[in-house]
Amino acid sequence: MSAITVSTTVNGDAVDFICQPDESLLDALRGRLGLTGAKEGCGTGDCGACSVTVNGRLVCSCLMLAAEAEGAEIGTVEGIAKGNALHPLQQSFLDHAGLQCGVCTPGILVAAKALLDRNPDPTDEEVRYWLAGNLCRCTGYDKIIRAVQSAAAQMRSA
Amino acid sequence: MRYEKPQTVAEAARLLTGEKGLSRILAGGTDVLVQLKAGLVEPDLVVDIKALPGVRSIVAEAGGFRIGAAVSNAQLGEDKAVRALWPGVVEAANLIGSTQVQGRATMVGNLCNASPAADAVPALVAAGAVARVAGPGAARDVPVEKIPTGPGKTKLKRGEFITSIFLPARPPRSADAYLRFIPRTEMDIAVASAAVSLTLDEDGRIAAARVALGAVAPTVLLVEAAAKAILGSRLEDPALEALAAACSAAASPIDDKRGTVEFRKDVVGVLAKRAARIAYTRAGGQS
Amino acid sequence: MALDSHGKREFKQIGTRVARPDGIDKVTGRALYGADMSAPGMLVGRILRSPHAHARILRIDTSEAEAIPGVKAVVTGADFSIPDDAALADISVNVMARTKALYDGHAVAAVAATSAQAAKAALKAIKVEYEVLPHVTDVDAAMAPDAPVVQKGRSLESVPAGMGANVTHHCEFGHGDLEAGFARADKIVERSFKTAATHQGYIEPHACLATMNGDGRADLWCCTQGQYMVRTVCAGVLGIEASQLRVTASEIGGGFGGKTTVFIEPVALMLAKKSGKPVKIVMTRDEVFKATGPTVSTSIDVKIGMTKAGRITAGAATLRYSGGAFPNTTVDMGAQAAFAAYDLDAVRTVGWNILTNRPKESAYRAPGAPQAIYAVESVVDELCLALNLDPLDVRILNAARKGTKSSYGPTFDDIGLLATLEAAKAHPHYNTPLKPGQSRGVSCGFWFNFGGNTCVSLNINTDGTVGVTEGNPDIGGSRASISLMAAEELGVPYDKVRTIIADTASLGYNDVTDGSRVTFAVGLATIKAARDAIKKMCGRVAKIWGIDEDAVEWRDGAAHPAGPNAGKFPPMTLEEIAAISFETGGPIAGHYEVNADGAGVSFGVHLCDLEVDKETGQTTILRYTVFQDAGKAVHPDYVEGQMQGGAVQGIGWALNEEYIYGADGRLLNAGFLDYRIPVASDLPKIDTQILEIPNPGHPYGVRGVGETGIVPPLAAVSNAVSRAIDVRMHELPMSPPRVLKAIKAARG
Repeated sequence: MSAITVSTTVNGDAVDFICQPDESLLDALRGRLGLTGAKEGCGTGDCGACSVTVNGRLVCSCLMLAAEAEGAEIGTVEGIAKGNALHPLQQSFLDHAGLQCGVCTPGILVAAKALLDRNPDPTDEEVRYWLAGNLCRCTGYDKIIRAVQSAAAQMRSA
Repeated sequence: MRYEKPQTVAEAARLLTGEKGLSRILAGGTDVLVQLKAGLVEPDLVVDIKALPGVRSIVAEAGGFRIGAAVSNAQLGEDKAVRALWPGVVEAANLIGSTQVQGRATMVGNLCNASPAADAVPALVAAGAVARVAGPGAARDVPVEKIPTGPGKTKLKRGEFITSIFLPARPPRSADAYLRFIPRTEMDIAVASAAVSLTLDEDGRIAAARVALGAVAPTVLLVEAAAKAILGSRLEDPALEALAAACSAAASPIDDKRGTVEFRKDVVGVLAKRAARIAYTRAGGQS
Repeated sequence: MALDSHGKREFKQIGTRVARPDGIDKVTGRALYGADMSAPGMLVGRILRSPHAHARILRIDTSEAEAIPGVKAVVTGADFSIPDDAALADISVNVMARTKALYDGHAVAAVAATSAQAAKAALKAIKVEYEVLPHVTDVDAAMAPDAPVVQKGRSLESVPAGMGANVTHHCEFGHGDLEAGFARADKIVERSFKTAATHQGYIEPHACLATMNGDGRADLWCCTQGQYMVRTVCAGVLGIEASQLRVTASEIGGGFGGKTTVFIEPVALMLAKKSGKPVKIVMTRDEVFKATGPTVSTSIDVKIGMTKAGRITAGAATLRYSGGAFPNTTVDMGAQAAFAAYDLDAVRTVGWNILTNRPKESAYRAPGAPQAIYAVESVVDELCLALNLDPLDVRILNAARKGTKSSYGPTFDDIGLLATLEAAKAHPHYNTPLKPGQSRGVSCGFWFNFGGNTCVSLNINTDGTVGVTEGNPDIGGSRASISLMAAEELGVPYDKVRTIIADTASLGYNDVTDGSRVTFAVGLATIKAARDAIKKMCGRVAKIWGIDEDAVEWRDGAAHPAGPNAGKFPPMTLEEIAAISFETGGPIAGHYEVNADGAGVSFGVHLCDLEVDKETGQTTILRYTVFQDAGKAVHPDYVEGQMQGGAVQGIGWALNEEYIYGADGRLLNAGFLDYRIPVASDLPKIDTQILEIPNPGHPYGVRGVGETGIVPPLAAVSNAVSRAIDVRMHELPMSPPRVLKAIKAARG
């Protein structure tokens, strides 16, 4: 197996990395670029902990080859805050205890942001279905939904 | 493993036919990467077809639509025109996996993965969709139901791959619907599924119908007896019961971790009834 | 340590919903979990696992694997000695099989290599010769005298002669005359139940990074519920001294009891020792399901007698639990908890543990209790239906209360069951009429709670801020709660306190984060450590003021003269005392070490409304409310979070979660696709009502809240489903095929 060079953009910054042909984007983000915010909970697209955006589209980075990222724009949890200024979703998760252990939180924040970028005023049911691919075992989802809705309301009034 | 991203169909066919070992085609990758991870397949070559001309677009054609092989189900779901013409196909495709999976998964991938439980396939079969097969020779069109031959197996020959799926035009008063049964509300593989496509006459009677079932046989079933059961009806209760009975009778499922034979045979009939009602209402029928 | 007796304490900070100190790191992706740590030159560790449920290991040939470029170490069972201690020996054999593979997924060898690709190739190159043996995975089948024997000679003395070889443990609890009790009953119901094994389902797979130097000094970074436990176990398994191994707990991505033992850590250390390089092992999800902590699977018989008025006259239960291929005593907790909610004259429970070819059980949130209480609460519900009684009235009538001799022996002190039941009865949820097709289920729940060994160090910094060092991984916001208690006691603002979790070299021993013990025991030790620091600060001030130490009292974050006789001095704040500490005797710190008791039991009541699709057997939860006694809710958000999270895990257990084995004894659903934990769209809001009946054993009245919440959902959901379909369900999970079958069977 010979390595592949990939040129891409991560959180707005141009990045080059090398990877193996069978390496997932998740492994490249974590292992090559040190961006360990995205987590591997299953490696099979069933838990959503590795959620990132690719060209604006929400995906599981475990289900994409790193080589496929050539020329793409990748967004990860590390890019959500602007410096020390938290995104309203991040602040809302803190304010509403939308996390306990926090390991699903990066994926949920990336996914929730992708939702609110498309639909600024979702119903609870829309939030629940959009986030159905993001497993959380700690919270029972209740406070997550509240946190997303509170952030959505705040973003609408901003 | 080599990773290649050809720019033309000819180049893709050349790569695939030239590979002596195992090759896999990559579009959305939501099945291929899971298989790689589990070590179920260890391909020598992966051909990413997303750079081929036209595979990422949805084009209106002859009153219907041609859906490129690399069109993600999320992209498909955002296309209002396709959704209006073939709502059942779009809802079936949109049921596959999570929002994240939707961002990558494709209908062609769902078809070529050849799972009997594939969500998009019953809807495509009911719709009479046609796959365009490319390869070393000239492209050919093959009805979708002819592609899978058994779990994980397709009729595609070495070097062949699907570049698009064509959804035909519809007469007035036509609609389709798809329902599946899963234990949760999301994230599961269908335990049984049913797609119904129908056309009504001016009196609201069913003039044409196709009923396809998933997860109850080695491949998706197109059940003519089920279609016959509702032809000429306005989906009155006896017609619906006959539909359910025909579906249950046609089903030859297995017991596995997701469901029993008995459960699948029962539920596939229930789903067919419910899907038929939805399709009927969508087509403008008053029941 | 008793509840503070100086009247009802007015808290200034306890009970507020402050921001958690680890919050920003966790919403920005900066927080470092088990798999997020790297070391220069580290190797990738992988484990080879048995594909057989039960097999003798005849030979392992690692020579080809060792020859693969990049492979730096291969280990097998032959590299490990067997510790003398039986519990340690079982862990050692579980982390690396010796003569037999005891379940599908049992580790048989491991490799460390310079790349994931080389490690994968090495696993494939290891040749293991197995002699496949007959296996047994069902608890009842395993109890039969002619069942395949999982391990020989493991029965404890408690097991009477003549039982099958897989029966390892027997226990009995209860009091009173059962026969007389049943004779007084107007109605007796006797039923048998089964519950499937479930997994904790934490989203973070086990992960660790180990180094071991030539001089024997070792470091381990891992996700665990207890770094000291990891140290003890790894040191024991590897035969090294505790001081030589420093364990640092990463942020933990969920545990629920499943990270209270080790699986990969001793293997990583052995690979590090052999290779002389750091080794990181991260489990795949498939490995997590196959080789880590499911619960016991159970088979339970319950018999209860009741008068027409609803008084329970006698209760009896026989519990058969299997925690997999190794002996365990989880059934003790089930047998003790089964009838804990009831004030009974006659009660008896009998428990058995049986070996099966399944993975070694790990604790899961109130281990052993949900299954037993599910069976009891199901029979209580059936009696309520048969006698046409309100299920909450019956529970109120029979509720255990202060002074009740519990079904497992001790007499209860102040407990919150009655208040919790009455809150449920008065709640709008219970008083909302059901629509056609809907049904409502009720269940009580109980957990003992635990205190345990705890050690806390509290440092007063010279700028007037406070550092608390504790030794329990934070799995749900405990750093915030501990900071709150330190701030409350010292009288300083919450944001002046920073709580960190020590590695094993930096603080004395702490028991694992289990038994809902942390807010209770670490909180208690923190309050005591703060009082120790306060005493020292008062001493410093007494010297400055030239008065007796006893004449100085601490109030609102400052030292004051204790009364008019003490003299007239302006108060000195903590900040002022800290600023001059170097001149008054040096740094100021408080410490406390304790083996805490008085944890205070916890009760909860759940209400569940649902509907069942009678054509498919699918259940939809419509409304859910949790009532639970928290003693004192230090941080109400996190208390609610525990109640909600526990409830949803219980709902998953009730409806869909189960270990499914094939006829060959292999696990068929080792992934989140087919091991179906609830997803967001499966659920309604989970409403909560916190009750606060102070625990006499804690200065602020705190009780553990983490575990009780998973107990009631099993029966609350089952009772609601049974009412919805008019058929009593006896088996979990109530997956749609099982429910539809029950509906069809009842139709005949």
